[in-house]
Amino acid sequence: MSTATEPVRILPQSPANSGSDSGEGQLLEVSMGPQHPSTHGVFRMDVVLDGERVVRLKPVFGYLHRNHEKIAEHETYLGSMPYTDRLDYICSLTNNWAYALAVEKLAGIQVPERAEYIRIITAEMTRFLNHAALIGFLTQDMGASGTPLMYAFRERETILDLFESLTGARMMCNYMRFGGCRVDLPAGWLDQAKKFAATLPRFLEEFERLLATNEILMARTQGVGVLSKEFAVNAGVTGPVLRASGVNYDVRKVDKYGIYDRFAFKVPLGEHGDTYDRYMIRLLEMRESLKILNQALRDIPEGPIVDPKTKIRGFKPKPGEAYGRIEAPKGELGFYLISDGTANPYRYRVRSSCMMNLTVLEDLCIGHNVADVVVILGSIDIVMGEVDR
Amino acid sequence: MFGEGILKGLAETARNFLGSYVSKKRLTTVQYPEQRLPQIEAYRNFPFLVYDGDDWQQGLRCVSCFICEKECPPKCIIIEKSTDKKPDAVGKLQFYPKVFNIDVSVCMSCQICVEVCPFDAIKMDTDFELSSTDRFSGLLWDKKHLAKSNEHYHKIHPTEAAAVDAQLAAERAKIAAKTKATAEAKPATPTPPANANGAGPNAANQPVPTATEK
Amino acid sequence: MTPENIKSEVEASIPGCQLEIVSNPSPSGQHSLRIDPAHAVAIATFLRDAEPLRLDYCSNVTGVDWPGKEISEKVKVKKLVDGVEQEVEEIRKTQTIGHLEVVYHLFSMEKKHGPVILRMRTEDRAERVHLPSLTPVWRSAEFQEREIFDLYGVIFDGHPDLRRILMWDGFEDHPMRRDYVEPDDFEYEPTAHDEVLERARQHRTVMGPL
Repeated sequence: MSTATEPVRILPQSPANSGSDSGEGQLLEVSMGPQHPSTHGVFRMDVVLDGERVVRLKPVFGYLHRNHEKIAEHETYLGSMPYTDRLDYICSLTNNWAYALAVEKLAGIQVPERAEYIRIITAEMTRFLNHAALIGFLTQDMGASGTPLMYAFRERETILDLFESLTGARMMCNYMRFGGCRVDLPAGWLDQAKKFAATLPRFLEEFERLLATNEILMARTQGVGVLSKEFAVNAGVTGPVLRASGVNYDVRKVDKYGIYDRFAFKVPLGEHGDTYDRYMIRLLEMRESLKILNQALRDIPEGPIVDPKTKIRGFKPKPGEAYGRIEAPKGELGFYLISDGTANPYRYRVRSSCMMNLTVLEDLCIGHNVADVVVILGSIDIVMGEVDR
Repeated sequence: MFGEGILKGLAETARNFLGSYVSKKRLTTVQYPEQRLPQIEAYRNFPFLVYDGDDWQQGLRCVSCFICEKECPPKCIIIEKSTDKKPDAVGKLQFYPKVFNIDVSVCMSCQICVEVCPFDAIKMDTDFELSSTDRFSGLLWDKKHLAKSNEHYHKIHPTEAAAVDAQLAAERAKIAAKTKATAEAKPATPTPPANANGAGPNAANQPVPTATEK
Repeated sequence: MTPENIKSEVEASIPGCQLEIVSNPSPSGQHSLRIDPAHAVAIATFLRDAEPLRLDYCSNVTGVDWPGKEISEKVKVKKLVDGVEQEVEEIRKTQTIGHLEVVYHLFSMEKKHGPVILRMRTEDRAERVHLPSLTPVWRSAEFQEREIFDLYGVIFDGHPDLRRILMWDGFEDHPMRRDYVEPDDFEYEPTAHDEVLERARQHRTVMGPL
């Protein structure tokens, strides 16, 4: 994070056009953010413009940095769980799962079947609401002032009500535990969830009709911010942004963590790697999430929800290290833990998908108009809680 | 045809707009505070201390074992242990908290204190109208503010409270049977104090914190 | 691919490089390879491009701080006690030099395997904290190496844009180091926590009232 500069500064004239007195060809340095309405949080971009065209762009972040990793080194393993909710605060349940998975790898804990199903149900609901909200934000960035966002939030709120009746909180769920989940599904929850899942295809149809063939959306997104396959892989981009570039890599399919190998679902792939593909991938992934959700709601067995051998108090894994990762809605979310045999982790690291996806922001934006920067940033899908940690 | 997609989208918007006049489901606004949504049972906000019976000081289940203070992630619980003992929820002689403060401006409602408490003494409340004009002492809740009756607990989390009561009743019965058995087996010797065979974490082993001026 | 295979293959292809297998006793079984910084870029390029591995995706780059430890051991020393030579046990204390470690988690998107874990060590924690940057090999290391530079103070040679990333530019220390001392020169909120109050009070006595 750099100290804030003047919002607008005229740089020395570029050598190509030096001598013109109309101001043409002069490079202009603009500081977008940290409170810009389209920056998805306190995030700043140092943009150098040649007229409307972006010449250089440096993302500047850290305004929300609270050194989550250092805090976690002073907490017990369980004590870090509520802090993971606050990483990507739109999808707290997948954050919980990634951390629980890393600790389970570190300590060799088995998860009962019912808990695995509950995890998948909640994670796919989270993916659904994240993608719906993202499309809303993205269209908001394009100037569709709120209508798609409100439609998305209507469904999101229903999911959050389900989360609240299960976990006790809408967003800061703190629900997963090492070796399972905290509480069992309350009576009637499954029926409620099934009923809700039955309404989702209608919502998806509506959502797609609303936007997918909209000429303005296509004009604003097609061919904008093209990310090539090779570059995406090399830059460590993950999640829907990577798959929009046509790379078939989904941690759910590759690692088969949890019990994802039991479900029939496809991994949608893009062809052009542009912003429109990134938008469409989200729509298609919502459909696939719905498929998984329906299968999981149908097949969930009875049984215990937490491994009886894991201790709540005095949990001390043996010395060693583990890296656990899941396919979070925004990409690969990983936790790297080193244990030295005490109750606190020696090292606790969050591999944040949002931050890694930001690596390519400059490369995507160069050569485009400044208005496209907003759209490209929106399609990358960042949450500053996770970028800054 | 150019513009078809836009028209389709506008038709969808119009359908939703008109639908909001006829469909109850789409009218989601609730006139708070006159109207309220039904409370979700699992909802949690800030912790409170459960007491049994009518006297909040006598019936407090907390034995000041310091587990929640240690496990609390943002360290918002402050406990000072008493010097004397009183019978706890299951009838054993235990210490009780002289001071039990929760700084709710720090608390993040994570429920970990509830999970780690072996005595079912701390539970999550559902009250959310908590604004205070005093930013510091108004948000530092003491023992008196935190103590709420078991009936209150039953009112806000009926399923959970019933399970907790059943478990406590079973523990009480077990201890009563044990004391009876010891009394019958050794009628000559006086019965040992009930907390000598303490199950769970032994509160007496905890270090006594130094008294500090608050 | 086991770490042993990778080690032998890398050592066969890159002359002079040294790899050491660091075993991991935890049930995760994720063993790692310690590489020497001098050949790091060559090893990384080989791992990325060579056919059986094709580790084209560098997922996680992170630093770990291992401060120096005081190791005390009992040694038997011959000494003159009251004119007689006797064997006496003495406790000898040695101070180890700590180091900073950088860990890379590599996966292959093409072959869908991984993780292969690489580790590199600096020589100490004060002056000799230079390591080669692997950003030219994997672009994904760019922000993460910047973060390690920011939070741990490892200097990556060959990094295109090594600046602070999460802390502000004028910040001096490296907050993720284990011996980092929190500053107390900011205004503490009145709080119920005694230690915080105490720190604020001490600071005020040193610096004068706010």
